[in-house]
Amino acid sequence: MISLRDLAFAHPGGGFRLEVPDLTVTKGERVAVVGPSGTGKTTLLNLVAGLLIPQSGTVDVGDTCVSRLPDPARRAFRIGTIGFVFQNFALIDYLTAGENILYPYRITNALELTADVRVRAKNLAQAVGLAGKLARKPAALSQGEQQRVAICRALITQPTLLLADEATGNLDPENKDLILDLLFEQAAAQNATLLAVTHDHALLDRFDRVIDFANFRTSR
Amino acid sequence: MSGAFFLALAYLRHNFGRTAVLVLALALILFVPIATRLVLEAAEEQLTARAQSTPLMVGSRGSALDLMMNGLYFSADRPQPVTMTATEAVWNSDLAIAIPIYVRFTAGQQPVVGTTLDYFDFRGLKLAEGRGLATLGEAVLGARAAQRLDLKSGDLLITDPENLFDLTGSYPLEMQITGTLAPTGTADDDAVFVDLNTAWVIEGLGHGHDDVIEQDMAVSVEAGNVTANAALTQFTRITPQNIDSFHFHGAPQDYPVSAVIAIPWDGRAAAILRGRYLAPEAPTQIVVPDQVVQGLLATLFRISRVLDAVFVVVGAAALVAVALAVYLSLKLRADEVATATRLGCHRLAIGRMLLAEIFLVTLAAIALVALALGATFNRMGDLAIWLITT
Repeated sequence: MISLRDLAFAHPGGGFRLEVPDLTVTKGERVAVVGPSGTGKTTLLNLVAGLLIPQSGTVDVGDTCVSRLPDPARRAFRIGTIGFVFQNFALIDYLTAGENILYPYRITNALELTADVRVRAKNLAQAVGLAGKLARKPAALSQGEQQRVAICRALITQPTLLLADEATGNLDPENKDLILDLLFEQAAAQNATLLAVTHDHALLDRFDRVIDFANFRTSR
Repeated sequence: MSGAFFLALAYLRHNFGRTAVLVLALALILFVPIATRLVLEAAEEQLTARAQSTPLMVGSRGSALDLMMNGLYFSADRPQPVTMTATEAVWNSDLAIAIPIYVRFTAGQQPVVGTTLDYFDFRGLKLAEGRGLATLGEAVLGARAAQRLDLKSGDLLITDPENLFDLTGSYPLEMQITGTLAPTGTADDDAVFVDLNTAWVIEGLGHGHDDVIEQDMAVSVEAGNVTANAALTQFTRITPQNIDSFHFHGAPQDYPVSAVIAIPWDGRAAAILRGRYLAPEAPTQIVVPDQVVQGLLATLFRISRVLDAVFVVVGAAALVAVALAVYLSLKLRADEVATATRLGCHRLAIGRMLLAEIFLVTLAAIALVALALGATFNRMGDLAIWLITT
């Protein structure tokens, strides 16, 4: 599913450099990415998503060589293939929970907002326990509820790859387990691959595999 | 609805206060120049139409503009009055019909216009209700005056005292309203029309009272001149019972009029009549209202051009402020833009969203302007007349 070969990336400003000789994640695999702060975990997610382009090497997701796509194609690839879950939830404050779930359909013409999609959004919301709260705006939701909305938004496009960047970082222990359960459950339901950056070592045994960034060469 | 419009609408609704300020600011930028332009156009139309329908006007020497404004629009700027001799001079010339006008007093803040019945025919004034002027002390109201004063035929209207503290001034006269004129969209709508004699009664040149000798109120009786004591009550309302006691003092040819509208028989008569007022030492002048108005319009046009320039500068400054507000709004939404970008939103889609917001705000502002103009459009003429007469 994900294949990184001889990858080298340095931020334009210089200083930070990440090298990944070889990394493969198979379809449907649930992989945790750990490592000390500043070792390039988020950079890895951004490279996989095509938000960053490596100076050398390749990033392949499925049959697509993301690193060689032009910008518009990378954006289209992202919205059609990847579901994002962020640490800060990144919900749109002026939209209701229901509208936030459908947000990807509002920002591109590549996806069509059909009645089926709306039904899927409702089912997703019901599955994560948000059925009665779809009309509320993010400010009226708890943090756990906000992350559930974010998960629904990530899954609504039926992505084949889920990228979670510290998805449980802002949550209390009870919500952490709940959100992770939901993420696993929904990823499994859609047979999506999960690549999750986390600092929480207590959650690692729930993943299929852990990639420790201490094993990759990074320099400052 | 497209995604861009959906998001734009949701954003604007969520930030209602900010949006309302933006819409109001834009609406003001649009409304003020348009409304000013419309009022100026209405004023120009009013001035031109009224002036063109009034061939010549005779009045005292001095400002031709004051004479025309008072004679045509009953403005508060009163020219020095001329006497009825000026009216007779026009009549006696056999070159034109003379319609005297005397505008000095007000009733309920509306100008009281003393004139003859010829004026109603000349201006084509029709009664909406009641009847026309028949006897002394009666008044006919213009349409707007009737509306403002909330009066109709059968009601009474008292003239405004010129100066509350002037005990020697003329007494207010209580007038019987006999009718209301149909609207004309001109200064006639604001007037309270009375017979010229009634205007002179208000002036104090004519009055009515009890018989001084019978009531034993005479202080002195000299040849043809009776002086009454303070117990003598002057009538402040003319009724069928006391109308016979009303009389005028002095020579009628010396009674004042503000202006005389002269309607010449033809172009030749007009030219001859105008020639008779060319002598610089003559106490009266004759003006062609249309020519005076053209001079005034030239000034108005210059003012209008200056206003246009001011509006362009103010509008540009306001648009820059609005653009800054939009830019700052975009800055504040950097997180949203970043999220949309990470999810895969195209740059153009973000641009479309912003354009949709600007479009909706502009549309709301235009709708507001249209509503405001719709609500005030019928008042533009009134405002124009008010601007002309004050």
